[in-house]
Amino acid sequence: MDHDSAFTGKDISRIDGPPKVEGRAKYAGEHHVPDLLHAAIVPASIARGRVTLIDTAAAMQFPGIVAIITHKNRPWLWPFGFLYKDLAGPPGKPFRPLYDDRVHFSGQPVALVVASTYEAARDGAALVRVSYAPEDHLTDLARSTAFKPRRNRLGVAPAPHPTGDAPRALAQAPIKIEATYTTAAENHHPMELFATTVAWGERSVTVYDKTQSPKSVELFLKVAFRLFRRKVRVVSSFVGGAFGLGLRPQQSVFLAVMAAKALKRSVRLVVPRDHMFALGYRANAIQTVCLGADMDGRLRAIRHKAIAATSQYEDAQDPLVNFSASLYGCDNVELSYELARLDTVSPCDMRAPGAATGMFALECAMDELAYAANIDPLALRFANYTQSDQSEKRPFSSKALRECYLEGAAHFGWERRRSAPRSMRKGKELIGFGMATGAWEAAMAPVPARAKVSLLADGRFEVTSSITDIGTGTYTILSQLAADALGAPMDRIVVRLGDSALPFNPIQGGSWTAATTGSAVEAACKKLKKLILSRARQAGIVGNREGAELLSAAALVDLSHLSGRDDICATATIFNVPFGKKYTGVTHSVVFAEVRIDEDLPVVRVTRLVCAVAAGRILNPKTARSQIIGACVMGIGKALYEDAAVDHNLGRCMAHSLADYHVASNADVYDIDVIFVDETDDKVSPIGVKGLGEIGSVAVAPAIANAIYHATGQRMRDLPITIDRLLQA
Amino acid sequence: MNNAPGPTIIMDTRSTTTRSVRFSINGVARDATIETCVTLLDLLREEFGLTGTKKGCDHGQCGACTVLIDGKRINSCLVLAVSRDGAEITTIEGIGSPDKRHPVQEAFIRHDALQCGYCTPGQICSAIGLISEGRARTREEIREAMSGNLCRCGAYIGIVDAIEEVLVALRGKPVP
Repeated sequence: MDHDSAFTGKDISRIDGPPKVEGRAKYAGEHHVPDLLHAAIVPASIARGRVTLIDTAAAMQFPGIVAIITHKNRPWLWPFGFLYKDLAGPPGKPFRPLYDDRVHFSGQPVALVVASTYEAARDGAALVRVSYAPEDHLTDLARSTAFKPRRNRLGVAPAPHPTGDAPRALAQAPIKIEATYTTAAENHHPMELFATTVAWGERSVTVYDKTQSPKSVELFLKVAFRLFRRKVRVVSSFVGGAFGLGLRPQQSVFLAVMAAKALKRSVRLVVPRDHMFALGYRANAIQTVCLGADMDGRLRAIRHKAIAATSQYEDAQDPLVNFSASLYGCDNVELSYELARLDTVSPCDMRAPGAATGMFALECAMDELAYAANIDPLALRFANYTQSDQSEKRPFSSKALRECYLEGAAHFGWERRRSAPRSMRKGKELIGFGMATGAWEAAMAPVPARAKVSLLADGRFEVTSSITDIGTGTYTILSQLAADALGAPMDRIVVRLGDSALPFNPIQGGSWTAATTGSAVEAACKKLKKLILSRARQAGIVGNREGAELLSAAALVDLSHLSGRDDICATATIFNVPFGKKYTGVTHSVVFAEVRIDEDLPVVRVTRLVCAVAAGRILNPKTARSQIIGACVMGIGKALYEDAAVDHNLGRCMAHSLADYHVASNADVYDIDVIFVDETDDKVSPIGVKGLGEIGSVAVAPAIANAIYHATGQRMRDLPITIDRLLQA
Repeated sequence: MNNAPGPTIIMDTRSTTTRSVRFSINGVARDATIETCVTLLDLLREEFGLTGTKKGCDHGQCGACTVLIDGKRINSCLVLAVSRDGAEITTIEGIGSPDKRHPVQEAFIRHDALQCGYCTPGQICSAIGLISEGRARTREEIREAMSGNLCRCGAYIGIVDAIEEVLVALRGKPVP
């Protein structure tokens, strides 16, 4: 593979930086629409049961209230649940807000108050009185019955089949460890609140929505609200973070469009922060890992069983145990992935869904094995290194994990680590070094993606695609790829994204986007370049010289004037041609963590993280580094702070704000270094990119937990590792 | 939750009190007649269309709504607009000029101190307030004093790098 790279591979500041630092970037709840109404949600206060009465009398008298929509007076909805499916939904019956009197989870919208001002809607909602017939609810994962999902979720590989004979190998293994790990539910909490602004028109409806897939939302709305005769356009040109919570059409877009349709008015709904807890969560899980090994640490058997939460109405599934089958060389592997129903909203993919949870258990267990076998944790990884995927019996498309171990360890100073727990300290603080391996599927989107590149009248090029940029740097890397493919400077590339009227792209998720949309953009640019050269030859602007450089800006302006408007353009469609069954595509990482813990009051500080990543071709080291650092910060939160704990008596999340649910703040973050090791992969995607969205998060929590063990001698198997848990250990 | 068991919310559902206010916003006099319950944040966003100031929590917990009032950084979601009648307010739209960005804005771009960009206007206003307070000297002090501004994308290291660079340029010596 040869990559002409004047721009790709270079540290380039993100091109959406200027509008963002100047406050010009418009997010979903900020678009100006005339005659706008404002909506507010009335949430259910029980976790399970029925709504018996909604008293709106007091609220309707509040000044400014226009309408209160409930399941009694809502517009007609299809009675068929399958018509509300979306591109990322799991098997089951999707939740339809205000469909009927059933309450499925605490916080579920049971009424929508629409008013002339934001304040009137908010205060009017507080005056709606709702009566319920509550039923017994269950929100405690440990008390719910586990079951194997009957149908697999599209796009998520089920737990791999067993290989060898794990029970027998475990019984015979000279060293064996077994432990149970629990991980708390987490909420995504992007800084931007979920919001939708609907500009309602007789012929067309424009929906400014916070989503990771404008196209998916457009298709959903057309079917769900029978908007076939109207042109529906979903715009999300800037998305203030999402981390998975925007993969599916959210409650906000459903309710706002429902209200707009009912009232034939433009409507805005901004979800308040306390309601963000009721939109979706990373499934909490209970896992048991059993490892058997030889005296030299070589794995003889891996058994990894997981039970993860799901709702009563859908079977949310993630690749939780999958990487336990392929990360290390081991002949006897037995995996189990079960779900358990809770009276909660459906779990929703959150950054490195499944993997961040499953690898916490596996990588903590590997650390426990290292101590049981009296082997350095890093040496244990080398002892079990595999160059092929043993579960599928095929090679990896590329695997520079060894380089991650070596370069990460050297950079971190792993050799300074003394093996014994509690053996390193400075003053009153215990110091611990820990490490863990990370893996995430490197893949392209499972459905085709398109991109269009056009020559504009002023000689610039416009790249368009419906895909979003949720802070990932998509605008920037697409611009770099186009500049290189066209042989033009970056200031002559305009990128427009996040609009369902633009060429089809599925969903910004799964770490697919750079590989998928990037490949489509590159292919479209190559087509356009050929087209321009042939047109230029016809017009006599350039000779027939082979390999002629692309025309100058001035010549391109002439050319565009000779042709019709929007005439010189090219569209490319990338089909995911999986490399079939020949290779396994995986992105790898290693995290080394240093923690410092006060000996008396065990406050944990994560003073250093080194994350070494093997992710194929890196298009922009600057934005890529930021993505990995950000994922590490989220991993610190997972390890130490984030807990969407439920009061099982009320069946309700106890946290209602960012004061109750702590996400890592600036003072919680010390040094984080990122290393991208050299890795060339000509199979994983046409442009050699593996994707970076998830991988940074995977190994952080286990590396921190292992460092805490090294510092304190306390093996912490339940996340988050809070001060009270350390005191009780 | 609104409908939790407990005392009934007593609210006068009939009367709304409105009042006229005048602010100097980014150097321009702006008048409005507003209800007394309207926060400065909602006034800026909904009434004046200055959406550069962001709403992230409405509870003073995330800092996305940070603006400068008479030069001091403040969470505009915690300020009832009528309570600061007459104040001089600077929002992100008033930082730098169309042809020349503020050094903090430039440093944020250079150090990639943002990803999704939603917390960014608040971070920048907060950073400018922090610099004029003159208290933060070390990286640790910057981190501490910037902890009222959450960033879920986790751009904290770039944010500290950017602020440190501006502080160094102002003082002409490195931050310890």
